[in-house]
Amino acid sequence: MVFVGRSVPRLEDRPLVTGRGRFAADVSFPHMLHMRVVRSVFAHGRIVAIDTAAARALPGVAAIWTFDDIAHIPPIDFRLTRVEGLEPYRQTILARERVRYVGDPVAAVFAEDPYVAEDAADLVAVEIEELPALLDAAALGEFEPGRATEPAVIRKGYGDVEGAFRSAHAVIELDLAVGRHSGVPMETRGAIGRYDAARDLLEMYGAAKVPHWNRDNIARMLGRDPSTVHLHEGHVGGGFGIRGELYPEDVLVCAAAVKLGRPVKWIEDRREHLIAANHSRQQRHRVRAAVDAQGRLLGIDDEYFHDQGGYVRTHGATVPDLAAAMLPGPYRVPNYRAAGHIRLTNKTPCGTYRAPGRYESTFVRERLMDAVAARLGLSGVEVRRRNFIAMSEMPYERPVDTLGTHVVYDSGDYAGLLDKALAGIGWDNLQERLRARRAKGELVGAGLGIFVEKSGLGPFDGVKISVDTGGTVEVVTGAASVGQGVETVIAQICADALGVDYRRVRVVHGQTDRIAFGLGAFASRVTVMTGEATRIAAGRVRAKALDMAAELLQCSAAELDIQDGEVRRGSGLLRASMRIEDVARHLLPSSRTRGQREPGLSAEGWFFTDHMNYPYGVHIAQVSVDADTGGVTVERFLVAYDIGKAVNPMLVQGQILGGFAQGLGGALFEEFLYDERGEPLSVTFADYLMPTAREVPDIAVIISEDAPSPRNPLGLKGAGEGGVNAVGAAIASAIDDAIQVPGAITQLPVTPQRLRAILRALGGL
Amino acid sequence: MSEKAAVRLSVNGQDYALEVEPRRTLVDAIREDCGQTGTHIGCEHGVCGACTVLVDGEPVRSCLMFAVQADGKAIRTVEGLADGDNLHPLQRAFMEHHGLQCGFCTPGFLMLAAGVLEREPDISDEDLLDVLSSNLCRCTGYQNIIKAVRAAAAEMRAR
Repeated sequence: MVFVGRSVPRLEDRPLVTGRGRFAADVSFPHMLHMRVVRSVFAHGRIVAIDTAAARALPGVAAIWTFDDIAHIPPIDFRLTRVEGLEPYRQTILARERVRYVGDPVAAVFAEDPYVAEDAADLVAVEIEELPALLDAAALGEFEPGRATEPAVIRKGYGDVEGAFRSAHAVIELDLAVGRHSGVPMETRGAIGRYDAARDLLEMYGAAKVPHWNRDNIARMLGRDPSTVHLHEGHVGGGFGIRGELYPEDVLVCAAAVKLGRPVKWIEDRREHLIAANHSRQQRHRVRAAVDAQGRLLGIDDEYFHDQGGYVRTHGATVPDLAAAMLPGPYRVPNYRAAGHIRLTNKTPCGTYRAPGRYESTFVRERLMDAVAARLGLSGVEVRRRNFIAMSEMPYERPVDTLGTHVVYDSGDYAGLLDKALAGIGWDNLQERLRARRAKGELVGAGLGIFVEKSGLGPFDGVKISVDTGGTVEVVTGAASVGQGVETVIAQICADALGVDYRRVRVVHGQTDRIAFGLGAFASRVTVMTGEATRIAAGRVRAKALDMAAELLQCSAAELDIQDGEVRRGSGLLRASMRIEDVARHLLPSSRTRGQREPGLSAEGWFFTDHMNYPYGVHIAQVSVDADTGGVTVERFLVAYDIGKAVNPMLVQGQILGGFAQGLGGALFEEFLYDERGEPLSVTFADYLMPTAREVPDIAVIISEDAPSPRNPLGLKGAGEGGVNAVGAAIASAIDDAIQVPGAITQLPVTPQRLRAILRALGGL
Repeated sequence: MSEKAAVRLSVNGQDYALEVEPRRTLVDAIREDCGQTGTHIGCEHGVCGACTVLVDGEPVRSCLMFAVQADGKAIRTVEGLADGDNLHPLQRAFMEHHGLQCGFCTPGFLMLAAGVLEREPDISDEDLLDVLSSNLCRCTGYQNIIKAVRAAAAEMRAR
C-alpha cells in the first residue's frame, strides 16, 4: 500500500472533533498564578511613574513587575534576517522609559485568579507624558535622541538599471500600497511557565512554530543552559507566521515562574491580540518599469517603505527582504534594483504573515504588468507570456539572496500552468460573457496574478524514528504543527519508506525534551525538510529491520520486503514472514539474537540543503462591483498551483482554500487602522473584518505536479502559501476590468469606501 | 465582586453544583469549574463563535452569558456530541470532508450546526450558509465546513 500521493484521512482529527484537544488555555497546574499585562494606552510617550500600590493591596495579588524587575533580561533577539543596525530597535519584555505603541507592555500583574489579575491591572496607575506619534512610514522621524526611525535599507539588485531606463521604449510608474494585516489565528496566544526546583528545570507550555529557537533564547535571556529549559507544544490554534514567535509575554511567564516559584499562566484576550501580537504587510511602493516596444521588461526599479511598527521583533528584516528578493517573480527581469526602507512607527510591531513580502510584492509586480499591458495596448495575458522565464531556462538563477540562500528557481513551467489556469476557468468564453454583461450595465470583470513562491527553507532537519515492540512507529521531529496536518503528512512519508500503515505512525513534534535540534514550522518548510529527513531515517530503520529479519528467516536481506508492517520472504511454499514488532523485540538490548547490532529498531535521519525550492501559481478572479455601495463580490476564483509532488492532495487543497480566504480578507476587508494619535481602531472582530462563510466563494483549485523539485528525491515543494499569494493582485486586476479603468486600484484592501471614492472621482458612477 | 452565588449547571447530562461570582462567564464555568475544555474562547465579545454551546437546545455564545444565567439549564458541549465511541454524523463529516485544520473553531461550528440541524433538519443551503457565517474559521476557507455540514444534514435526515 502506497500512502504518498493519496488523500488519506488526517490522523489529527479525532481529538479535535471530540473536544479532547489540548490548546494552551487547556493547560493548568496546581497552585498556579495568572498573569495580566498592563499595556500602554499611548502610542508614544515617556513613562513618568508607575504606581502599583493600590493593585498590590488587592487580595490575591502575588506580585507586580515593571521594567526595574526585569532590567537584567536582555531584549528579544532576531531569529531571522539579522541586518546591520537593527539591534537598538529590539523590544525589552517590559517597556524601558518609553512606550512606542498602544499595547506596549509596561507592567505585569501576577495573581491567584485571572479575574483578580485583571482587576489589579486596572488599578495599576501608569503616568505617561505623551509624545507625538509617528504613523506614516514614508516620513522619517527620531526613534530616540540621535537615532532615526530608519535602522536599515534593504538593497538588492543586479544589472544596469539606469541604462535600461535610458533605452526604454516606455517607462511605467506606479505608487502602490498594501494595508496592515495579520494572521489572527482563532486561538489567541498563551504561555504557561513552570519551574521545577526538584530537577532545576524550567518548562514552558503553549509553545508553537519554533520551540527550539525559543528554548535557546529563553535560556540565554534568563541565564540558563538550554538543556535545563524545555518547551512543549500542544495543539496550536493556527499559526500563519504570527503565532509562536518569541514574544515578551513568553519570557515574562518563564522569568516569573522561576522568581515566584509557582506556575504562571497567561492567556491573551482578543483585544490584546489585535494590538500586541505581530502585525504585517504594511508597505508603500514607488515602482518603475522600463519596457521595450513589445512589452518586454528591460528593468524594474522599486523603492518602498516598510512600516515596522514600534520595535524590530524576531523576524528582523525578513518581510522587506523577501519583498525585494521575490518581487521579480516568474519574469525575466534583466536589470533590477530594490531599495526597501525599514521604518519604525508608533504602531504594533510587525513580523511575518503567510506569504510574507510576496502578498505585497506580487500585488506590486502584477499591477505593474497590468499597467504595461494597458500602456502598450496588449492583453495582460500576452504581456505576461512575453516575459515568462521559460522551462528550458531552469534552473534559473536570480542574482539576489534572501533568508541566507541564493535565489535559484529549481524548476517550473510558468507558461504551461498559465495555460492550464486559463483553460480551467474558460478564459476566452469568460471574456465574452463579461463583455455581454458589461454591455447591459453590470460592473463585472476578470483579472489574474501570477507568482513564484518559495518553500523548503533549510539548512537542516533531523528526525528520530523507532519501532516499539507493539508495532507503533514513533517519529520524533523538531518541526512543529500549527494545525496544517504535519502528523498525517510525515506519517504518510514514513509509512511508504518503512513499509507500514500510516495509521501506525505517531509523529511527535514541538517537544524540545525529545529531540535536541529542530527548526520548527515556517516558510512552508516542514513537508520538504522534515519529510525528506523522515524518508532518510525510515529507510535506515527498514534496512536494519531487513538485516535482522534476514538472519532470522535465513535468507538475504535482498529477498525480503516490508509491507503493512510485515517482513516477507517469497511466496507460496517458500513464503515466510514476521511482524516488524517481532523484529523490534529481537533488537532489544537484552536480546540474544541481536548479535553485534546496535540495540533498538531505530535510526536518525538528517537532510541538509543550501537552497529553497520554488513552487508557483496562477490566480484568476472574477468580480462584480456594486456602484452604489462600492462593495465587491468575488463571483469566481481559480487557483492553479504547481507543488512538484503532493503528499496528500486533500491537505494541499485545504491549504489553498484557507490561504485564499485570508488573501480575500486582505484584498477587500481586513485592515488595522489608527486614528491621528495612534489609537488603534481595529480592536475587535467587529472592526477587523475577517471573511465569513458568506464572503468566501467556492473556488476552483488545480493542483499540478509538472515541476517536481530536483532538490529532493520525492520532488516535494511546500503548500502553505500558494493560496494566499496573488489574491490581492488578481482581485485588484479584476476590479480594474469591472470598472474598465486600468490601474484604478492602487491600494489594498479595496474597501467599499475606497472603491466609492474611486468611482466618485471618475464621475457619474 | 467576591459575593458568590450558588449555581447548578447540567453539562452533557451531568450536574455540577458551583459557587461562582456573578460576573463569571458561562464559558469560564464550563471550562474551569466543570473541566470541559473542549469549548474554546476565541474573542470574548460574541463574534467568533468558538465558544458556542447549546443551552436548552439553542446555540449560545457562552462568552456572552454569565454562569448564573444558565442556572438550572441543560447545557450541551462538544464533549457530549458523540455517543460513546460512536461519533456524531457531524463529527464524522468534518473528518471526511477535511472541515478542520487547527481544530480550534471546530467545537463551536459543531455545536452551532448541531443546534440548527436539530431544530431545522430541512434547512435550505442558503439558510445554512447564513447560519454558518455566524462563526469564524481562519484555516479552512469554510468550503469544507459547508460541505461537511450539508453531508451530515443529509445523513441525519435519512435516519
